[in-house]
Amino acid sequence: MSYTFLQNYWWCLIALLGGLLVFLMFVQGANVHLINGRLSDLQKRMVANSTGRKWELAFTTLVTFGGAFFASFPLFYSTSFGGAYWVWMLLLLTFVFQAVAYEFLHKKENILGVKGFRIALVANGFLAPFLVGTAVGTFFTGSPFTVNKTAIMDLSSPVISTWDSPWRGLEALAQGHAVLLGLALVGLTVILGALYLIINIDDTETETQMRRTIKITAVPFLVIFLTWLGILLCREGFAVNELGVVSMEKYKYLHNLIQMPEVLVMFLVGVVGVLLGIWKGALTKSRCGIWFGGIGTVLVVMAVFFIAGFNGTSYYPSNTDLQSSLTIVNSSSSRFTLQVMSIVSLLIPFVLAYIVYAWRQMDKKKITEDEIAQSEHKY
Amino acid sequence: MDAVIWSRLQFAMTAAYHWLFVPLTLGLAMAMAIMETLYVVKKDEYWKKAAQFWMKLFAINFAVGIATGIILEFEFGTNWSNYSWFVGDIFGAPLAIEGILAFFMEATFFAVMFFGWEKVSKRFHLISTWLTGIGASISAFWILVANGWMQNPVGTTFNPDTVRSEMASAEAFFDVISNPVAVSKFFHSVTSGWVTGGVFVVAVSCWYLWRGRNVQFAKKSIFVGGFVGLLGTFAVMLSGDISGVHAAEYQPMKLAAMEGLEDGGRRAPFSIVPGVEIPGMLSILATHDLNGYVPGINDIINGYTDNDGNIIPSVAQKMEMGRTALDALAQYRSLKDTDPAAAAVAREVLDANVQYMGYGYLESPEDVIPPVGIVYWSFRFMVGFGMLIALILVLTLWFNYKGKLPQMKWLLLAAMACIPFVYVCEEAGWIVAEVGRQPWTIQGLLPVNVAISDTSIGEVMTTFFVFLSVFALFLVIEIRIMINAIKKGPSVE
Repeated sequence: MSYTFLQNYWWCLIALLGGLLVFLMFVQGANVHLINGRLSDLQKRMVANSTGRKWELAFTTLVTFGGAFFASFPLFYSTSFGGAYWVWMLLLLTFVFQAVAYEFLHKKENILGVKGFRIALVANGFLAPFLVGTAVGTFFTGSPFTVNKTAIMDLSSPVISTWDSPWRGLEALAQGHAVLLGLALVGLTVILGALYLIINIDDTETETQMRRTIKITAVPFLVIFLTWLGILLCREGFAVNELGVVSMEKYKYLHNLIQMPEVLVMFLVGVVGVLLGIWKGALTKSRCGIWFGGIGTVLVVMAVFFIAGFNGTSYYPSNTDLQSSLTIVNSSSSRFTLQVMSIVSLLIPFVLAYIVYAWRQMDKKKITEDEIAQSEHKY
Repeated sequence: MDAVIWSRLQFAMTAAYHWLFVPLTLGLAMAMAIMETLYVVKKDEYWKKAAQFWMKLFAINFAVGIATGIILEFEFGTNWSNYSWFVGDIFGAPLAIEGILAFFMEATFFAVMFFGWEKVSKRFHLISTWLTGIGASISAFWILVANGWMQNPVGTTFNPDTVRSEMASAEAFFDVISNPVAVSKFFHSVTSGWVTGGVFVVAVSCWYLWRGRNVQFAKKSIFVGGFVGLLGTFAVMLSGDISGVHAAEYQPMKLAAMEGLEDGGRRAPFSIVPGVEIPGMLSILATHDLNGYVPGINDIINGYTDNDGNIIPSVAQKMEMGRTALDALAQYRSLKDTDPAAAAVAREVLDANVQYMGYGYLESPEDVIPPVGIVYWSFRFMVGFGMLIALILVLTLWFNYKGKLPQMKWLLLAAMACIPFVYVCEEAGWIVAEVGRQPWTIQGLLPVNVAISDTSIGEVMTTFFVFLSVFALFLVIEIRIMINAIKKGPSVE
């Protein structure tokens, strides 16, 4: 296995993990419904118990996504996490509250009350996809950082990656194009969440509410996503030549799609999948929209990562020092590390298989009002 | 205080807080898996109810453990960005593998274990309970491989082109995962979790006996909890002994600090408390030889000859070689594109001195001395309370077996007191391990002040106090919920 192959392989795995993470963020999207005034308290409790049996998968995927990025592209990890301090800390806090919220939610000793932890889940529901989406959006707009590896020999100021904005990542909120992706992701996860609740909860009123939510959310989501896409295809991109020199190229991301037809097909199939999911959720009585929407989401996100990183493109560009931009080549781990991890990655299908098996076993019986009212084991 | 200190405080606080929850997860998982196995094997509903009760307490604890684990992962990047780049090649791999192999196992089977009683078969549920505990242990293995590597960085070479430590070869990965420090640390940490879980079960059960309620449940639980706790205690002692030998071999300064040993030598004494020593005992513990040489703090500063006859340079000499390495690295990087021949010479100088490159960042030889008082007393608290816990567990098990325990109020009280004792042991153990290796993030390679991110004091202080508030809130809630669940008790007598 050549070094180049390994670097590309790991970018594919990062893309896959990113895709799965966004899909599993249906947990976040579903939790947004905890402030839906049309749902009764019992129905909200059903929602929390439904997402409460899946939240750890989304959380674990986030942790693995971070760990895999750390291991395979450590310069991204050190540059982005060390630089965009506030963004990552904010994301972290929302997930920390989410992690305890289920266990604390309906315990009378929880100090913040049911309302307090519901708000924590809803905040995570909005902020997590928004921040993740905006962060991925900066893959195309650039971020203000400088990488200087020689700095490590400077005893007074040894930090290699420095952030060139005092806003420490929050400056991305001023980048309209990146923010659009954040908003699109909020819309997408709300739709996925509704699709998930339709299949997981056996309650007519909840189902009606979810189908209504999909109808209301679909139009703004599609408008925002298509606007983001249109800007992406028209904007200048960060191209990298064979010597690793970064320069601006007009219509770079459009070129990437045209020059990588397999990615274009993947993207289009993914979009069709998401649209089918929306259609099934909003306009039919089918309960299986989540599978179309979920698989479509994975494909679209993977395609976005491929457009960002393949075909001679800097996936994490610097807009203050162009040559500090990160590419798959200049930010990856060594060949041996990638090789060892590639062998371990062969276990991923096995992991996916037992997750699917366990999931199917658990979801054979849908959540009902009776279960929530009678079961001892609930949130 | 500068940003380095605040970042260290933040990481230390997060790690210490995280470790309040992990050992209980590891130990309770074992206890409740044994109880559920008894239910399946003996077809006795009693054990099912017992397992479900402990599972309820497990779930309360588990959530906070997970919530705080992710903070540590993020902080590697947010507060230690140079570190992330410098060692991402090696440290990142175990972290990623931990995610793939362990976290998904824990997450998936925890959901089955907690919600699946009425949804999956009895056997699948039992497997899920065991897999939740096994997943937690596998997780501990990989993170301790990463931590063990920081204490004893094997299988790595410094690459001046990328300016980081890289895995030396694909085979070197096996050096990393079979690193003796990592292996002993894994057994020491996981089995200490069994002690915590066992103590927790015993202590809560003793409270029921104290109140004269759920007596049968308490007696039966004490057998399981006591067994797990005692098994853990013996394993902790064994792995602790091995850890001491490893400290002597790979981190002699840590051992010297643990003993407050200013000047070492052969037949080195073991300090019980200041002024009370056992002659020759430290040599036996550290080298398994009465005549084994154990260097003291001054010996390490001034240089010494180890037990294999190797001459260990003084710290001043190491600092000089470290600065030579840093200068050669700078030369190499400035010349490699313009003057390959001169760059090759610089590279040779670098390779000859790179082993001590981390020392080049130090300002004085005394910088290598960790805070001796903290390490010395933490070690004594860990060992002292650990031995006390072992004694109380033995007595509790024995008198429970004899049927006299409910009447022995002093022993019930002592068993309940073991809960704070065991947490003192757990935290003190990590203080010895982590404070004892200061000033290094990675032993000998990267001091903490170079491992840092480009963050300001204000930024880190803000997040420090935010986390402090959040942790305090969660701890209060967790304890309130836990106490209430214990007061409510199991559904069996």
